[in-house]
Amino acid sequence: MSRRVGVVRFPGTNCEFDTVDAINALGGQAEVLWHSASDLRNVDAIVLPGGFAHGDYLRCGAIARFSPIMETIAAFARNGGPVLGICNGFQVLTEAGMLPGALQKNVGLKFLCGMEQIEFVSTSNIIGVGASAGELLNIPINHFEGNYVCSDETLKELEEENRIVFRYIDNPNGSIGDIAGVSNEQGNVVGMMPHPERATSTILGSNDGSRLLESLLGAQQVTPT
Amino acid sequence: MDRRELVRFEVKVEVLPREGIANPEGSTIERALPALGFETAGDVRVGKVIRLQVEADSAGAAKTIVEDMCKRFLSNPVIEDTTVEVLNA
Repeated sequence: MSRRVGVVRFPGTNCEFDTVDAINALGGQAEVLWHSASDLRNVDAIVLPGGFAHGDYLRCGAIARFSPIMETIAAFARNGGPVLGICNGFQVLTEAGMLPGALQKNVGLKFLCGMEQIEFVSTSNIIGVGASAGELLNIPINHFEGNYVCSDETLKELEEENRIVFRYIDNPNGSIGDIAGVSNEQGNVVGMMPHPERATSTILGSNDGSRLLESLLGAQQVTPT
Repeated sequence: MDRRELVRFEVKVEVLPREGIANPEGSTIERALPALGFETAGDVRVGKVIRLQVEADSAGAAKTIVEDMCKRFLSNPVIEDTTVEVLNA
């Protein structure tokens, strides 16, 4: 497999190299894309990794949406290109309006860092290839603002359209509906708070993230609707 | 429009978590207040204040401009409400 993945680096991003290493270890070809570029260098998929894009000033992810690369990524996603946002990347995708809802401070105001068990709810998306609903995965979280919120109508829509990708088994942060990850309607844009790139070795606690990234490497461009 | 007609307005934007959205900072402060004897405090909510200056031809126009900023950038309408006040109206 030699699928090319662009891993976006904003000022303040800090998980880009973990993500690049994890993808390369799975046989992909990952490269870091600087946020001020507007060219995606013909990659097949995009990952917005974790960190603190633009210092998380104003709100997490709020400034990142003005980085030139985001406009190109939005067009890439509209054309069905696979886009995965991890942690801060998820926050960036909600602020950019590419995914619904928002992520606010964890209930209890605690920075959370540890392994979480999550359940695959919908597998009709770029990271669910080969998985089945109900499967349990161990993937670590590492965030202060991971408490997913959305309006009741949006929640209903997400449920009816099967767009909740993961739920926490033991909700750590207060997220509505125990939501740990969601997708857009077409399933080609996914945001998740847990870090699959940190669950790529059993020695380090879990290898459950590898299959998600493998799925991303194999994900086909969806036909835009 | 002739720029000389524009006036510089000082505007204050108050951003608060929307009604019904959990505000853990507010609840923590609320729980702490009785320890200092402030037994009657309630409904504590913590948000932020943004102060800025904007040029406009009237206070109303300044408010409209800043309200547009709030909708598109300064707040996230999914979780936050804003109040805009022109201080030198």
